[in-house]
Amino acid sequence: MVQFIFYLFATVLIFAAVRVITVKNPVHAALHLVLAFFSMAAIWLLLEAEFLAIALVLVYVGAVMVLFLFVVMMLDINVATVSEGFTRYLSSGFLVGLLILLEMVAVVGSHHFGLKAMPAPTPMAADAVVNTVLLGNVLYTEYVYPFELAAIILLVAMVAAIALVMRPKRWSKYVKPEDQVVVKAQDRLTMVKMTAEKES
Amino acid sequence: MLENYLPIFFFILVGIATGVGPVLIGFILSPHRPDKEKNSQYECGFEAFDDSHMKFDVRFYLVAILFIIFDLEIAFLFPWGVVFKSLGWFGFWSMMIFLTILVIGFAYEWKKGALEWE
Amino acid sequence: MFLESVLIFAKIIAVVAPLMIAVAYYTYAERKLIGYVQIRIGPNRVGPRGWLQPIADALKLMFKEIILPTKANRYLFIIAPMLSIAPALAAWAVIPFADGWVVADINAGLLYLLAMTSLGVYGVIIAGWASNSKYALLGALRSAAQIVAYEIAMGFALVGVLMAAGSLNLSAIVHAQATGYGFLGWYWVPLFPLFLIYFISGVAETNRAPFDVAEGESEIVAGFHVEYSGMLFAVFFLAEYANMILIAALTTLMFMGGWLSPFQGTGLEAYFAWMPQIFWFFAKMTLFLLLFLWFRATFPRYRYDQIMRLGWKVFIPLTIVWLVVLGVMILTHLSPWFASTAG
Repeated sequence: MVQFIFYLFATVLIFAAVRVITVKNPVHAALHLVLAFFSMAAIWLLLEAEFLAIALVLVYVGAVMVLFLFVVMMLDINVATVSEGFTRYLSSGFLVGLLILLEMVAVVGSHHFGLKAMPAPTPMAADAVVNTVLLGNVLYTEYVYPFELAAIILLVAMVAAIALVMRPKRWSKYVKPEDQVVVKAQDRLTMVKMTAEKES
Repeated sequence: MLENYLPIFFFILVGIATGVGPVLIGFILSPHRPDKEKNSQYECGFEAFDDSHMKFDVRFYLVAILFIIFDLEIAFLFPWGVVFKSLGWFGFWSMMIFLTILVIGFAYEWKKGALEWE
Repeated sequence: MFLESVLIFAKIIAVVAPLMIAVAYYTYAERKLIGYVQIRIGPNRVGPRGWLQPIADALKLMFKEIILPTKANRYLFIIAPMLSIAPALAAWAVIPFADGWVVADINAGLLYLLAMTSLGVYGVIIAGWASNSKYALLGALRSAAQIVAYEIAMGFALVGVLMAAGSLNLSAIVHAQATGYGFLGWYWVPLFPLFLIYFISGVAETNRAPFDVAEGESEIVAGFHVEYSGMLFAVFFLAEYANMILIAALTTLMFMGGWLSPFQGTGLEAYFAWMPQIFWFFAKMTLFLLLFLWFRATFPRYRYDQIMRLGWKVFIPLTIVWLVVLGVMILTHLSPWFASTAG
């Protein structure tokens, strides 16, 4: 049963991944990437990595792919210009792809990650200790130093994003909402007591 | 653990079916009489001047990038929240350092005006 | 195995079918209530006092032509509503209606919910882009940036709840609120700012008034779903209302003690013991659902820069500060909410 589910999601994953690089429309490609992440999350779930699987959906599908879609949709990419020069770069692209494949086989091959080195996880009982808890127990104590480094990396990312994107102040006039909120009726309206005037 | 996720898988299938079903019924029952004006996109009575896919203010991308960073921060906070009671003060301070570093970033983007909209 | 699957499907139908009916009658309640607020009587023609109005609406939508604009990207145009309803319904899998009444009792329930609610934005973006219309694209862009801003505040509020409860499981979160002090023992008291922020962010996430700039009728006609008609529109509509009911259910579970009786631990408990747990759950949910409508009837629409300011500059700093305060409250075992040391 588990095997059947695995092959089901693995097929979907490979199909989606192939579609990402073969479809013409960049928006379709991005959506296929979303599908690929989903199937990946399902496979991680089969490996009993509950927290990581859902975090993959939360971070990659829920946030990173939203940015991708934003960029792809709003940049108004012309399909024709993207696909031109396909044959020119084909040979060098093929070479780089082959090199990456060889390196991947050398590093991630069955020697290190086969069933012998990494046996399939034993199915956990429904009420076993949650792996979020197991992760939390080591992440903030034993691995506290890498954890703080992650904060630094996020800080760098934040600063870099602002440095790249922010432009000098624009000249449009606007009212700050915080100034509008503090305004009281007395600031805008004064009631003046007057004696009634009569036209003669 | 996996058996708990089976209902979720089925639930997603039912969710998709609830989306597909009514639309199918709609396609079957409803009339289909296309016409040039009806099928053109909505405008204020004019022909559209240009293609609707236009370039956008770069700030929307900035918001999306900042969102990713904060989302990651939340992903880090989740396991911490679960084990918080058993970790005690050590866990509290390790997260405080993490948060302080990120609050510096947040203050920076605030100062730079990345959160301003007009 | 087969029998088991059938049972699961039966449970799912038992959640989804009443949910659809609830959506239908929620729209009726909305029109009636806003009608009364504005001193009108609302729908009253179909059936006695207009009770059959939602059914008439559904039938009408079925027989309306589905228009596929010539310039639209057909596949994405049709897929978009499905992308918005599937996560809206799938999130209901982990909602416990009463003690043990839950379809999927997973340990990472809260994380799953956050992931599912973060998927809702896809339907909006894709609908806006696929329609190939200016209003739709503007609406999609506005609402995507808005949803994204409020989701962070929502995520921080969820972290507060799970710090307090020490669990991601929604049933466990409700059990942790049974402190024996009735409704004062629930998390809305120690987590009061987070409670407000969560609910308001929920209103903003679902693009409801006063945060409905995505479909502001007077500005961009109907936002991302301008080009949608017939059943395709109806599916968007279902998704929006299912999401509203979901937010109400979650606020109830996380801050208002879910199915717990408000008199639990007090002298009145025995008098109300005959009431089923699910009654309390629905009663509290109804309260929040009515708040959604009340907001819509009362507040004028926010301006876009005000919305972004509220999300980024008010809610996010406030939640971060409250998480620190909450951490100190928990570690000092503030009674009665955090008296137990069990982690």
